[in-house]
Amino acid sequence: MTSALTLNHYLIVSGLLFALGIAGVIIRRNALVIYMALEMNLNAANLALIAFSKFNKLIDGQILVFFIIAIAAAEVAVGLAIIVALYRRKQTISVDELTTMRL
Amino acid sequence: MNIHDALFWFFSIAMLVCGFLVIANRNPVTSAMFLVLLFVFMAGLFLLLEALFIAAIQILVYAGAIMVLFLFVIMLLDIKASERRRFKVVGVIGGAAVGLAFVWELAIILKQPVRPLASGGAELHGGLEEVVKPFFAHYMLPFEVTALLLLVAMVGVVLLSKKELK
Repeated sequence: MTSALTLNHYLIVSGLLFALGIAGVIIRRNALVIYMALEMNLNAANLALIAFSKFNKLIDGQILVFFIIAIAAAEVAVGLAIIVALYRRKQTISVDELTTMRL
Repeated sequence: MNIHDALFWFFSIAMLVCGFLVIANRNPVTSAMFLVLLFVFMAGLFLLLEALFIAAIQILVYAGAIMVLFLFVIMLLDIKASERRRFKVVGVIGGAAVGLAFVWELAIILKQPVRPLASGGAELHGGLEEVVKPFFAHYMLPFEVTALLLLVAMVGVVLLSKKELK
């Protein structure tokens, strides 16, 4: 079975997903949705790494993805705890209303 | 077009549509649901790339644990859907210009095929043994540091969710 897919196909999909994630981070004002968009970015990077791993026949890409998933889990736990603490103090998670550090 | 290619197009297009819906939806619960779908389609792409173990933990950790956390927080905070935003014309034009420049740059780079490294070994199958073995050899230290990091994150979360910090 020969497949017409090349590494470039996967890289383009990964790039598009990353662009969507960045757009989400910039456009949305809800801190939770910004976090979801960040997760999309991490996933796009994972896809590129796994595609490189497959087409270079090296296992290291998959190991790096394993580490990224572990760190994403830790990051989400801490980030959501921060959002909950923020909501308790300010009663909002809209980043437009968090202006304490604005000059 | 064989089944492998057809699945690739299905998974990637469905994934990108889900990604768009995640950022376009005004209700965070719907966004979270589409994010779960996105993770599942991504796991499908990982399967096509023969990363079987990574596909399994993608489902378990991302679609399972991380999304449950998200939904739990959404439920806890009782967030209403955000209202429609008005965008400034200058911002939209500037953003589109930057995006088009990025696509143009990508098109130039991806015109020539990426050459694989010369150092590749045998064909990979992404099974458990193949992925896990390096953790106990070459990647021992990063693996242990990850464990420490998870512990630190856990302590940090407990501290953050205390009623008042001293």
